Amino acid sequence: MINQYPLWKYLLLVVVLIVGGIYSMPNLYGEDPSVLVSLRNKQIDETTQQKIDELLKQASVQFKSSELTNNKLLVRFNSVETQLIASSTIKSFDFIKRNSDYTVALNLAPATPAWLQSFNALPMFLGLDLRGGVHFLLEVDMETVVDNMESDLVSEMRSHLRENKVRYRGIKRAEGGINIQFRDASGLEQGEPKLRSQFRDLEYSTDEDNLMVFARITEKTLRQERKSAIQQNVTTLRNRVNELGVAEPVIQQQGENRIVVQLPGVQDTARAKDILGATATLEFRLTEGTRADWASAANGGTIPLNAKLYRERNGDPVLLKRRVIVTGDQINSASSTIDTQSGTPAVSVRLDSKGAKKMGKTTQENIKKPMAVVFIENKVVTKMVDGKKVKTRTRKEEVINIATIQGQFSKQFQITGLESFEARDLALLLRAGALKAPVEIVEERTVGPSLGKDNIEQGFNSVMIGFCLVLVFMVIYYRAFGLMANVALTANLVLITAILSLMQATLTLPGIAGIVLTVGMAVDANVLIFERIREELRLGNSPQASIHAGYEKAFSTIADANVTTFIAAIVLFSLGTGPVKGFAITLSIGILTSMFTAIMGTRAMVNLFYGGRNLKKLSI
Amino acid sequence: MHLLTGKTKIDFLGKRNIALGFSVVLLLISIASIYTRGLNLGIDFTGGYLIEVGYTHSVELEPVRKALVKSKYSDALIQHFGTSKDVLVRIAPREGVNSASISDEVVHILKSTSTDTVEMRRIEFVGPQVGEELREQGGLAMLIALFGIMIYVGFRFQMKSAFGAILALVHDVIITIGVFSIVQMPFDLSVLAAILAVIGYSLNDTVVVLDRIRETFRAQRKGTAIEILNMSINGTLSRTLMTSLTTLLVLGALFALGGEVIHGFAFALIVGVFIGTYSSIYVASSSLVLMRVEKHDFLEHVKENEEIDDMP
Repeated sequence: MINQYPLWKYLLLVVVLIVGGIYSMPNLYGEDPSVLVSLRNKQIDETTQQKIDELLKQASVQFKSSELTNNKLLVRFNSVETQLIASSTIKSFDFIKRNSDYTVALNLAPATPAWLQSFNALPMFLGLDLRGGVHFLLEVDMETVVDNMESDLVSEMRSHLRENKVRYRGIKRAEGGINIQFRDASGLEQGEPKLRSQFRDLEYSTDEDNLMVFARITEKTLRQERKSAIQQNVTTLRNRVNELGVAEPVIQQQGENRIVVQLPGVQDTARAKDILGATATLEFRLTEGTRADWASAANGGTIPLNAKLYRERNGDPVLLKRRVIVTGDQINSASSTIDTQSGTPAVSVRLDSKGAKKMGKTTQENIKKPMAVVFIENKVVTKMVDGKKVKTRTRKEEVINIATIQGQFSKQFQITGLESFEARDLALLLRAGALKAPVEIVEERTVGPSLGKDNIEQGFNSVMIGFCLVLVFMVIYYRAFGLMANVALTANLVLITAILSLMQATLTLPGIAGIVLTVGMAVDANVLIFERIREELRLGNSPQASIHAGYEKAFSTIADANVTTFIAAIVLFSLGTGPVKGFAITLSIGILTSMFTAIMGTRAMVNLFYGGRNLKKLSI
Repeated sequence: MHLLTGKTKIDFLGKRNIALGFSVVLLLISIASIYTRGLNLGIDFTGGYLIEVGYTHSVELEPVRKALVKSKYSDALIQHFGTSKDVLVRIAPREGVNSASISDEVVHILKSTSTDTVEMRRIEFVGPQVGEELREQGGLAMLIALFGIMIYVGFRFQMKSAFGAILALVHDVIITIGVFSIVQMPFDLSVLAAILAVIGYSLNDTVVVLDRIRETFRAQRKGTAIEILNMSINGTLSRTLMTSLTTLLVLGALFALGGEVIHGFAFALIVGVFIGTYSSIYVASSSLVLMRVEKHDFLEHVKENEEIDDMP
């Protein structure tokens, strides 16, 4: 008997369709505009939930529901307008305003009903071009990592040799490493093994005639340092983004020295850029000499070896000791407040135990002496000069505050001397941790919310209309067989949606274009089969034999044609970035599902209706 | 309904010299245009800034231009985008400015110089180094795709067919890019993706014809190569046209309704489908004639083919 499928094939099709149906369904329900309230390191309890619900009602902001999920409070709304009003209303609540641990973020929450969620079925993740938001590509400046490593080594070597009472003339950075110059042969004899045993992961070469040792950081160490630098940057960026209150951000390493940051729903791109790219940190140093010394140093006078000349915000010179008491990375937490004595903006800082110990000891030993707070910011900008890329690095070091130490510092203290927005941003940056190496934004793609909405509507419309046109055309042209092809095409669309939802792939506008193209090309398989069947009929074969031969002969053609398109899609996927990738994903999924629905799906229908019957004519 | 009765006996290859001339002229025009006019490369490849803003009412471009020229952006390209309410500003990458802040500044200038509400719709900034990489990657993607396809076709058919198919692809790609150069439509990443899709599509078409050519060569005992090629093209003609038609239907919908952002993408594909359809009929088969294809060329892979034919 030809043209009959075994039962298992029908069952397979039915099962695949049901599963596909379930997993594509969440997309029908869409997403609710919502606001996500979270409390850092703590969970939001029911009393807070009731409080927020109550306050929202008082402010007559209508909300759909409020629920506690993952320690956070999720409040859903009927429209984006209410969502925006609610977000600013919640931010203005007193208890939230006062506690900087609260973050209030805009979000889109899947409106998937509970029974679908129990299958783990969720809608596709919409790309930034469809929901609005910012995409940044940040490049980490790796040269700074090496610079910092070498400078640290220089000062460590100095103190190590000094502690061991080895006399040396100078230690300084040179091309590709560090040069240690000794005074005499005995210094070299004593010093070299001391250095080798203390700084093991360096490569040394000794020039005895010139009493010099050259140390170089090994390639392996450099590689590790670079790796850890980018990882630390990713962590820091993640902390900063969380501080900004962004729901569902993406922060990922890309390649060796780049980081992708995607912030859905963020509108204030200027602030986002400032916060992400900022390398601001603090250092605490003791001053050196008197005010008169500072002034003379600025006018070309001598600067003591253990000191460096800085400037205050107003341009006044200050001499500070080279030795740093505490740096920004020893700060555990920071928040912006108002200084109770002066009424000016301040940052309240809490040190970690190592920092606190050092700070306690230094302040105890230096009571009544002045201490300075240095504000440091690094920036990298790539310029094109004569067609070549040139990176310029700027380092801004400013003394924001000099105060006399009144007593031993504890773990927690306040820093003043900042503008109010600076205090807020600095607190955020100190909390989130410093970037190990400065970053530069090398690519930005921002989509406003209205454009995102337009893109969704237009994308959806073009898919639907293109789809309907093809459906109509197929029925007119192939009649009953066209109808079956249409069922298969619909099933194909359902399966593509289901797979994209299951993979939690990101749907972008080019992705929609890929779906549209797949719809156009998916009928190709059916066209090939149906044309073959017509040919067989024309040759005078029986309808049953024609159906059989049509499917049989068309198969290798379809396979060849699709494999080649698939190759193109895979190349697109592996070499493409962002938009190109989205297109390649939907295109390749579409090719796979269309092979299944257009060949097996239509064959099953044809077999079911025509198989085993005595046919005189086919409706084709 | 039938567009073609299936009994068409058009002597396609009899007119192959006309087709050859046509292709050569198209190719020459395309290459000349690419060479002299170049492509209107989008910021994806050149680096730079693209800022789209939406006004609530129609807006004249002149005041916008003046406002930007006054604030040191005299090189800005300003145009309406889609509607007269949307304005697109393009600025070349510049030296020595903190790059990421420029876009914010432009939006700020536009907002402050208009009495209308100005809404940021889109900001794109591509740094010069990224632009360069994307350009290299794009070219590389195209070459790898062509190479991968040639290997597959060479393996599934034989080298003469693979060569014909690649010739058709190169033909399609050059002409599609040529059209972009002639009409000076912006050529960005999405257009590049479309061109790679054109490669896939055109090849799909060509492979169907090649498949039929192979089958006919094996089935027919008599007939010259040209007769057999004609027979194969006629046999697949109705499918070729049908598929092109359905694809064009959806692409038309995408072009008309998909919004400004997707215009270039849809346009590239529409051009590509037209050229691809033509090339699958003429270019691949004509080149087979030129390479003096014969029956025995198609008899090598018989065994492997049978295995696959049994699969459905």
